[in-house]
Amino acid sequence: MIVETPKIEFRDIELCFTAEDGAKVQVLDSVNLNVREGEFVCIVGPSGCGKSTLLNIACGFLKPSRGQVLIDEVPVDQPNRRRVFIFQDNSVFPWLTVSQNIGFGLADQSPQEKDEIIRRYVEMIGLTGFEHAYPRELSGGMKQRVEIARALASGPDVLFMDEPLGALDWLTRLKMRADLVEIWRQEKKTILFVTHDVEESVQLADRVVVLSDRPAQIRAVVDVDLPRPRNLDDPEYLRIRDEIFELMGLDHHGIEAAKV
Amino acid sequence: MHGRKILLGLIGIGIFLLVWHLVTLGNGRTDVPGPWLTLTGLIELATGGLLWRYIIASVFRVMWGFTLAVVVGVPVGLAIGWSRWFRELVNPLVQGLRPISPIAWLPIAVLVFGGVTWWEPSDLSAIFLIFLASIFPIITAATSAVEGIDVKYLRVATNFEVSGFTVLFQVILPAAMPQILTGLRLALGIAWVVLVAAEMLGVQSGLGFQINDSRNNLRYDLVVAAMVVISIIGMFLDGVMARIENTALSRRGTAKR
Repeated sequence: MIVETPKIEFRDIELCFTAEDGAKVQVLDSVNLNVREGEFVCIVGPSGCGKSTLLNIACGFLKPSRGQVLIDEVPVDQPNRRRVFIFQDNSVFPWLTVSQNIGFGLADQSPQEKDEIIRRYVEMIGLTGFEHAYPRELSGGMKQRVEIARALASGPDVLFMDEPLGALDWLTRLKMRADLVEIWRQEKKTILFVTHDVEESVQLADRVVVLSDRPAQIRAVVDVDLPRPRNLDDPEYLRIRDEIFELMGLDHHGIEAAKV
Repeated sequence: MHGRKILLGLIGIGIFLLVWHLVTLGNGRTDVPGPWLTLTGLIELATGGLLWRYIIASVFRVMWGFTLAVVVGVPVGLAIGWSRWFRELVNPLVQGLRPISPIAWLPIAVLVFGGVTWWEPSDLSAIFLIFLASIFPIITAATSAVEGIDVKYLRVATNFEVSGFTVLFQVILPAAMPQILTGLRLALGIAWVVLVAAEMLGVQSGLGFQINDSRNNLRYDLVVAAMVVISIIGMFLDGVMARIENTALSRRGTAKR
């Protein structure tokens, strides 16, 4: 039997901080998780439970109080461009054009290579013709695409996405989910995706990690073994969705409420 | 809407002129002059030829002092905002110097620059005072601009392993620019206000000198006429700064207009 080494490995992650009144607050409690190469994993949990914190630790923006995260068997120490973080409240630079934003992480390439990469990703996110536009001229969905393109352009193998679609309107969000799955298939990245939207997680992920309330522990890991693009009326899809709702402590009443 | 704004502004000024006219009724040149005497004084100044030289001298001093303050103040402010040890090193000094009115430096400035032979010494002391007046608002603006940069932009730079001058010119400066520009506009306003005081001692030209000189000749109509000129040029300079501010910011969609 071949034992596959995980792409990302969370080893016993714990995070505490001291609040202003001196009280110790524990955010994460012994989180253990392995993510395979090329896998799309969603992390869901109640708001404020520490989902984003976990992602920040994985990317190297935060240090855990205990335990470590390994990527390709190397402990994460600092952020680097092999693994890029995508923010919920768009972090595209307002003072740079679409092209300049996408090329931001491309320091090592020759100008020709850089132009070629930028052109490719502008095309991929469907913003041809907007290369020289500034972000203020773009819609929220377009801006988030630019952010994703900027992340992909530097050629990472892991993407950390912190509720990247959270600020978009419902219709744009639906479209972006489909696009995101398409991009993931083409680019074969490992994606760790935080969301509070259970439906979203089931539509996107290979596996859904359900976190508990603070201090967050992994309550369950649910496999979503459904072909893509996913049929949202498929009884199996609905069953998995309701299973996650129940894991999150929502009774049937809650499920009905959450569906609205 | 725009027409109403202009009309109301004119009415406001009109009321002021009327009140001014009434309270100074019958005054001559050696007393507080009315609007009419001021206007004739203005014409006298404008046709006398000296006014233009004085305007150029004043604007020249302000521009030098202000430019020096920008060149020194912006980097110092950025560094205070960026580096903790630099803040701890420099900030107490800056806060200690800040409450001293630039005018208080006048005797020292005259003393220090009085012996200068390679340039007009009085120009140097005036420029020095303008520099002092404008550098502190600039430092303060640049410091708080850096401190106010959204941490997510800095994280993006860290994430893409971008550092050094690239971060400075592609992230920090553009992110801090709106607030820095506001600070510059404020600083230029203060510089212009301080100029007149700086020109009241030791100089032989400029609008401040004009006021002092006219007073010594008991020509109060010319004093007020020079005040009007100061007002107009001050508004013009502020307008130029506002224009620069707006052009620089409009592409970001943050123009104040």
